[in-house]
Amino acid sequence: MADAAVHHADHGHHTSTGLSNNKLGMWLFLGSECLLFGGLISTYMIYRGRVGEGPRPGNVFDIPFTSVSSFVLLMSSLTMVLAVAAAQKRDDRGTTLWLTVTGLLGATFVGGQVYEFTAMYNEGLGFTTSLFGSAFYTLTGFHGVHVTVGVIMLLSLVGIIKRSRVPGDKAEVVELVGLYWHFVDVVWIIIFTLVYLIPT
Amino acid sequence: MTTTAEHAEHTGHEAHDEHAEHGMSTAGYVKVAMILAALTALEVATYFVDFGPFFMPVLLVLMCVKFFIVVSYFMHLKFDNKIFSFMFYAGLFLAIGVYAAFLATFKFFSA
Repeated sequence: MADAAVHHADHGHHTSTGLSNNKLGMWLFLGSECLLFGGLISTYMIYRGRVGEGPRPGNVFDIPFTSVSSFVLLMSSLTMVLAVAAAQKRDDRGTTLWLTVTGLLGATFVGGQVYEFTAMYNEGLGFTTSLFGSAFYTLTGFHGVHVTVGVIMLLSLVGIIKRSRVPGDKAEVVELVGLYWHFVDVVWIIIFTLVYLIPT
Repeated sequence: MTTTAEHAEHTGHEAHDEHAEHGMSTAGYVKVAMILAALTALEVATYFVDFGPFFMPVLLVLMCVKFFIVVSYFMHLKFDNKIFSFMFYAGLFLAIGVYAAFLATFKFFSA
């Protein structure tokens, strides 16, 4: 079945590889993003124990709250893949509906992160309080910015689809935004385990 | 409902009829999401229940399983051309290599 799928995917694009250059570019970008987050996660893992006079990770993390945020982001991957499926069936109504739901779930996650950062700051963990604080805010902040950019992309795409101004292949554009969105989800899967669940 | 512009776009990109075939059904995606939710619940359970010496291995295995489920099924790498997998996993394994080198550097050169 997978071979048949590859056979299908190899056709339909008039490029030297037979593949979509846009999709190839997106996967290359995501590969490079692995290096960005790999560096940030590595830095956090090295400095997580350097708390100085500031609070320790266990004192500021609210695991039940972050678990709910993680669940919200995970479910946004489901709604995103449903948007891609709807776009491939040329169902504009379904596509915009699922893209909007995905954007709202993403915005909920970002809102949760803002609340979490505020609570941590009030408990004494600032960006310069300790190496742990700097590494934590840099890593999770970078991820939050990625989610925010994703939400902007999703909601912009909804507007563009409604105006029928999608450049090129609509299903492919939705798929590319979907790939980016799933990537921020898989990065959070790693952050949630390594940063929040595994104690120092 | 379909506009002329949309029609032109569709006729120019029949490849996506084929793309629609190699994905999963809606029920399939929901099943995958339910599995991911169950695995997340198990992860969170390790915070409240003592898993003893299995704590760390269980968490790391669950993390890897969730990662590969999302990448394989939601990002369609399982069904897509292998060159996409190569591009993504090259970056991923390079990142893991950088992390290993980073850890080794701190282990051998820190005071």
